Amino acid sequence: MNPAVRHVLGRVGAYVVVCLLVVFFALPLLWLVLTPFTPNPTYRASLSGFTLDNFAALVDNPQVWPSIRNSLVLAGGSALLVIALAALAAYALSRVRVPGRDQLLYALLLLSSIVTGTAAMVPIFLMLFQLGLIDRQLGVVLVLTGGLLPAAVFMLKDFVDGVPRSYEESARVFGARPNQVLRHVVLPVIRPGMATVGVWALVQVWGNFLVPYVLLANPSKQPAAVVMYTFYDAGGQPDFALISTFALVYSVPVVVLYLVVNRRYGFAFQGGIKG
Amino acid sequence: MPTTSPAAEPVAGAAGPSAPGGPPGADAPRPDRDVAGLGRARALGFVAPALLVIAVFLVFPAVWTIYLGLLDYSLTGAGAQAPTFVGLGNYLDALSDPGFTRSLWLTLLYVGGSAVVGQNVLGFLLAWYLRGARRVVRPVLTVLVLLAWILPGSVVAFLWQALLDRRAGTLNTLLGTADQAWVLDHPMWVIVVFNVWRGTAFSMLLYTAALSSVPRSHLEVARMSGASGWQQLRDVVLPTVRRHVLTNTLLITLWTFNDFSPYLLTGGGPNGASEILPVYIYREAIIGGHLGYGSAISLLLLLANLVIAVFYLRVLRGRKDES
Repeated sequence: MNPAVRHVLGRVGAYVVVCLLVVFFALPLLWLVLTPFTPNPTYRASLSGFTLDNFAALVDNPQVWPSIRNSLVLAGGSALLVIALAALAAYALSRVRVPGRDQLLYALLLLSSIVTGTAAMVPIFLMLFQLGLIDRQLGVVLVLTGGLLPAAVFMLKDFVDGVPRSYEESARVFGARPNQVLRHVVLPVIRPGMATVGVWALVQVWGNFLVPYVLLANPSKQPAAVVMYTFYDAGGQPDFALISTFALVYSVPVVVLYLVVNRRYGFAFQGGIKG
Repeated sequence: MPTTSPAAEPVAGAAGPSAPGGPPGADAPRPDRDVAGLGRARALGFVAPALLVIAVFLVFPAVWTIYLGLLDYSLTGAGAQAPTFVGLGNYLDALSDPGFTRSLWLTLLYVGGSAVVGQNVLGFLLAWYLRGARRVVRPVLTVLVLLAWILPGSVVAFLWQALLDRRAGTLNTLLGTADQAWVLDHPMWVIVVFNVWRGTAFSMLLYTAALSSVPRSHLEVARMSGASGWQQLRDVVLPTVRRHVLTNTLLITLWTFNDFSPYLLTGGGPNGASEILPVYIYREAIIGGHLGYGSAISLLLLLANLVIAVFYLRVLRGRKDES
């Protein structure tokens, strides 16, 4: 085969592969985008007309807003706790030499990627059961925070390491006490790092299904991730109007947060975000 | 040490003595100088809350699993009142339970197929292709791959149910294969393909970053000396990004090992045909109430994870010594 023909064939082949990939990744997403606006929604992703009637299902269902609020409480609570604890730890670990620091951080990071989700589900379930934290949102927040903290400390310490020490040094020269240095110099400087880690934690908890599914039994306390799974009618058929609109409303915040962080800080999720 | 203002340099020496718990030689230019005058005691106080939460909610459960796995603890029945010590009984039960051995095999298939091969290879190819892609193709493909990754798990699980539904699913409509029940007939294929779709973004991002660290001049030299695309990839690119390949493989392997999202798609069914270990543990321990048995299996899962991590670290260290 002569090289020119081979070149053309290669090009065509590459285009076909790329088109298939676009279809592969886009096809499941079609339903999320089209179904909320289509009259008489079913499993089939199609747009036969345009309507906003499906969103009435959101207003009518009494579980929708409490579950979104629960998601906000869980995600917001965990994110705040992660930010506060991680910022304190990351700053101290970055600026003060603690023996065995690097080994400790590395071991915790490894542990947190090993002890995730299912592998620790039974002891966590049992521990919260005996602490009386089953079916309480505080329990979910603490468990999720414990799982996210090692990576959060790791990311934030990286960030603090990159902040020049001369800021704090200058403040000290002018007689600021350690507390003042922390509040007026350090805090403003590391705020972008805290925001990034906070958004990362928020997105992680927002999408987490397993932990609240196992630890919360009362439907009125469950977050959107779990409640979405119960929108079936008596015959076991999914309530399409409700599920499609709910899925859209529930997904939008994650996408928006992601875009904001991506635009402001570049791609900051390398540390490993995984629903 | 990155000093931005030279005037600040002598100050460090002045600040040193006021930090009694500071490291010896705090005035030496070192990156972890205690510039805010925190002192070691307060520094430990800063680290303590985070360590406490991690210890209670991450380390303790992991350690407790070892003990629980040796009991016949259960939520109901005799084991709930007074759990007795059964030694390795749970492990022997597991080995003789065909459900467990099948689950283990399915997990290996799932991890190997969807993470080690699927996400890894597809992520690398995407990163490789997108480097030189057209202006339209690159953002479109990137956004689609990323969306699959950042949307909540419950949502994507339902999207896939809608895609694969027997009667009205979009896939059957497109392919003209009416009444093809993908989830029932090929459950393992479904969850493997689903996880490739779901998780490839991470590998793509990591490899995109890794490929940008390959010096362009090396590639140009290779191209000018007549190396084909494949030869460039093998002789120039792969040696440079080998560490990234290892890191990526480790992370996605661990994540996929613990992945619970197939449960949302197939529920482990039909008849356990897609019951990977996380789903098996969930069904045994939380639904069935056999907490001791569930802990034993969890420990096996933890050990498997540990072996993978240690293996990876050894390979990584070996590579470092080589170079």
